[in-house]
Amino acid sequence: MIKKHNQKQLIETLIHGIFLIFGLVAVGCVLLITVYLVISGIPAIREIGLFEFLFGTKWASTADNPSFGILPFILTSIYGTAGAIILGVPIGFFTAVYLAKAASPKIKAVIEPVVGLLAGIPSVVYGLVGMLVLVPVIRVIFNVPDGTSLLAAIIVLAIMILPSIIKVSVSAMEAVPKEYEDASLALGATPVETCFRVVVPAAKSGIAAAVVLGVGRAIGEAMAVMMVAGNVANMPSLFESVRFLTTAVASEMSYSSGLQRQALFSIALVLFLFIMLINASLNLLLKRSKEK
Amino acid sequence: MEKIKREKMMKKITGLVITTILVVFLLAGCGNTNSTGGTDISGSVATDGSTSMEKVIGALGEAFTAENPNVNFTYNPTGSGSGITAVSERRCDIGLSSRALKDEEKALGLTETVIAYDGIAIIVNSGNPVTSLSLEDIAKIYTGEITNWSKVGGDDAEIVLIGREAGSGTRDGFEAITGTKDVCQYRQELTSTGDVITTVSQNPNAIGYASLASVGDSVKAISVDGVTPSENTVKDGSYVVQRPFVLVTRTNDNLSFAAQTFFDYITSAEVSEIISNAGAVAIK
Repeated sequence: MIKKHNQKQLIETLIHGIFLIFGLVAVGCVLLITVYLVISGIPAIREIGLFEFLFGTKWASTADNPSFGILPFILTSIYGTAGAIILGVPIGFFTAVYLAKAASPKIKAVIEPVVGLLAGIPSVVYGLVGMLVLVPVIRVIFNVPDGTSLLAAIIVLAIMILPSIIKVSVSAMEAVPKEYEDASLALGATPVETCFRVVVPAAKSGIAAAVVLGVGRAIGEAMAVMMVAGNVANMPSLFESVRFLTTAVASEMSYSSGLQRQALFSIALVLFLFIMLINASLNLLLKRSKEK
Repeated sequence: MEKIKREKMMKKITGLVITTILVVFLLAGCGNTNSTGGTDISGSVATDGSTSMEKVIGALGEAFTAENPNVNFTYNPTGSGSGITAVSERRCDIGLSSRALKDEEKALGLTETVIAYDGIAIIVNSGNPVTSLSLEDIAKIYTGEITNWSKVGGDDAEIVLIGREAGSGTRDGFEAITGTKDVCQYRQELTSTGDVITTVSQNPNAIGYASLASVGDSVKAISVDGVTPSENTVKDGSYVVQRPFVLVTRTNDNLSFAAQTFFDYITSAEVSEIISNAGAVAIK
């Protein structure tokens, strides 16, 4: 009997160990990437100079007299993400409100899977459609010589972040206890008032989390953006060809060498820090709103 | 109970042993055919240089190692200049350069052998009335001196310049030939030949450049200085937007047996199809 018990104990520990290892793999990956990025990103920054690197406005990595200023990329990434949020969050939010509170079950049964499908479309497909449809349309509507621009990238990103915003917001609003609504309605509030004054505030942190997800996806997207933004290292302007932090790394990596390659790692490091910063600050916001 | 379990265990073990034996035999069999295969050469062939030649040299290396599996073929994509330095410093067997050697490089004791030419087509939208440009006009267009198609006989519309990303061999070749290195005012920098062609086919005012072999019917390849780009005009040198793919070797050194066999193979007529499939114009 005792033997059997010991054996069971052994298996328990063994399985515990296996799961622990699997868990550590994920943590290890994050650590490995962080360490690797820092190690490979620092040398170029040292050589170029931090100020020069972050605030230089000219990027000419293969010129005879190369310059490595990534301010255009940083600003483009910020503007692009902000634009996508400004366009995407209202649409996503109201769609979520509609789906969670107003839509009939039949309509909901159609729209929800479609939104899910939108999340499953590979980013290269978004890029392709953007390149073949959106870019020419922008060129014609705004009468500019070429449609690849910050605007095209913003529109593509806004569509790409919709599914995560909608899905997370819907589940946040559906998690609000029915009693809240009943109480509000019983006190004489209209359904619309109930929705926006009771349900939405109660689901605030969930909706904020949806925005975080959106920001994260928008700032990290490379493929789709690369196909519609033009990729020239200009200072951002709505109808100019621009290059994001992500596309700066992706577009030059394949043939790069020497300091150029090291500088690309430095860009990746900057992007990484950006995403960490955004996640951390929004997580903090979430925590605060919860504590209140 | 115990007995049945043990029997099962035995069965499993026997199965495992048999499988192992079979696998060992199979592997041994492979080894045998390899070592008695006859024609094969062993050794290593190290190449170093031009990134533009990646496709061509990669295809050639693959074809060569398929026939001679014991040869260790390596290709280090560093750029033409580094490749030439590497071969003169004996760091590789064959240097790869996508430009002809300069006289001072030849004076260092290096020999060039052209294996193929790479024609770069200047492409415009099919709807564009312009069919021919001089090399000078192309340079002026790319440096932003000419910004409207009407200046070169087209419609009154702004020219949209499409190019490749920094580091691309095609961009490097184009800018070197037109003398526009580092001064091109691109509107778009795309990362593949296909992207350039698609974009030019989408925008009526776009101009771009792409490897001649990849240009299809969706865009129009224009004549440069009155010469239409084609395999023949690239071969005879009359189409000027082209560059040679060159093998660089040390004049006074003999190649190793493996490297010499590889050299003979890729300079023979039998590889011309491989070279054309890889997007370059074969010379034989």
